[in-house]
Amino acid sequence: MRRLPTWLMLAAAASYAFLYLPLIIVVVYSFNDSRLNAEWVGFTLDWYRALLADEEMLIAARNSLLIALVSSCVATLLGTLAGLGMHRWRPAWLPLLVITPVAMPEILLGVSLLVFFIQLMHLTLGFLSVVLAHITFSIGFVAIVVRARLAGMDESIFEAALDLGATPWQSFRLVTFPLILPAVVAGFLMAFTLSLDDFVITFFTAGVGVSTLPLQIYSMIKIAVTPEVNAVSTLLMLLTLLLVILASRLDKGFMKGSA
Amino acid sequence: MSATDRDHRATGRSTDQATRWAVLSPPTLFLLAFFLAPALIMVLASFQYPGEFGGLAPLTDQGDGKEYGLTLENLAFFFSDWLFAEIFARSFSVAAASTLICLILAYPVAWLIAQSPKRHRDLLVLLVILPFASNFLIRVYAWMIILGPQAALARTINGLLATLGLEPVSLLFSPIAVLVGMVYVHLPFMILPLYTNLEKHDPVLLDAAQDLGANAWQRFWRVTWPLSLPGVFSGAALVFIPVLGMFAIPDLLGGTRDMLIGNLIKDQFLGVRDWPFGAALSIMLTLAVLSLAGLAAWLSKPRRRAT
Repeated sequence: MRRLPTWLMLAAAASYAFLYLPLIIVVVYSFNDSRLNAEWVGFTLDWYRALLADEEMLIAARNSLLIALVSSCVATLLGTLAGLGMHRWRPAWLPLLVITPVAMPEILLGVSLLVFFIQLMHLTLGFLSVVLAHITFSIGFVAIVVRARLAGMDESIFEAALDLGATPWQSFRLVTFPLILPAVVAGFLMAFTLSLDDFVITFFTAGVGVSTLPLQIYSMIKIAVTPEVNAVSTLLMLLTLLLVILASRLDKGFMKGSA
Repeated sequence: MSATDRDHRATGRSTDQATRWAVLSPPTLFLLAFFLAPALIMVLASFQYPGEFGGLAPLTDQGDGKEYGLTLENLAFFFSDWLFAEIFARSFSVAAASTLICLILAYPVAWLIAQSPKRHRDLLVLLVILPFASNFLIRVYAWMIILGPQAALARTINGLLATLGLEPVSLLFSPIAVLVGMVYVHLPFMILPLYTNLEKHDPVLLDAAQDLGANAWQRFWRVTWPLSLPGVFSGAALVFIPVLGMFAIPDLLGGTRDMLIGNLIKDQFLGVRDWPFGAALSIMLTLAVLSLAGLAAWLSKPRRRAT
């Protein structure tokens, strides 16, 4: 291995610091006994207490979890079907339909769904419109993960099952499905995280009907910077951290399986 | 081939057709309804008149003497005022600047990961992904704290300016703050494709260049950089395109004069409620994005250079 020049190591270290320092500041100030996020005064848990007493925030959190759960379940089902279909029959149009909503700037999907829901479906914006919107952008992520898993699989085991007298359904249920299951679960976790985190598309499709955590955070920081936001951010970061680590665990199993 | 065999194949084919239909139709129908249909409605809306209380005016005459049908007015309105062209130009320059800064910050990281021993690489990549997994608003909010007027950074800079006898400046609500936010939020999008590319380079090429007398700079500029271009272009597309449509970062970190296309579109739908004009702007943004994505795909296709 070639030794890396010192300045390059320093530059890379600076980039890593740039990635982490701001988030560390958010976490540290969530324990700071001062209204201003300016300097360290002393340790407190007051902002977490304020958070637990904040009715609107709790409702928003409950909505976020509920929306994430419903939309990621449906997206996992549809995304897995799309991944299987793309792998098995390779229709040229499906990847385009599945991936374009993910690749476009989010605002475009957001405003087009807003117009669609109100003008065509005459739907009152709220829980249902947000769930439908979240499913739309999550399908692609699940489909990509599932297809990648299928692409790394040995086709011959599927044929072996058929040769041993299994019906196609049996060979799917007993062979293919258990093998793609880690990818399906990873896709589900990904869809769940994406839904929990989404701001832009929710912003356009929620109307006044429903509030989610990101919407709540946005309206709070739009008015003023308060350490209560630091507290909710810290908790939310902890949750996504757990989800990401869980998903990457499954992904490691997936890498071993395909090797 | 026996008759039963043929029967078996025929039923096999028709079950296969049925399976195909059963597997492909649910996701396809869902996306046709909630992605393609809304997209087509936006195209139509961009040629409609605005409704009286927001929304869209009807396509057919309602007999109430109000506007109906299709029009090119929304496009004409866009070209009637320099302001809109200015906002588009500003958005493209912010996107270009963010992309360039991301590239400069990302290259050393991607290179470091690619050159690290294999057992460290997964961890280093995970370290890039982790902050990116935290909520986007939290990452923007972090910069509202850092750049805020009461924070150490602003006080130090303004203290310095005061000793020089200069007016204090606001770090927050400035074009610089917008740029910092854009770079911070999108940096991992540049690091990951670059790393994927750099990881595949054969170290033998650099040894050969060294044997032929190339110095470190020449080895980078004549070997590594040209080979990494596909990674650079896909990373650039992943940064440039979302920055182009971003409205929340200028909203939170920028001043009133830092409006970008995204803010303009958002205002049409939620502020002034001129949906047709908003739709026309969205279509223009879509066309810009599609041509950029096409360009990036074409540029990042590895091809042999004619010698």
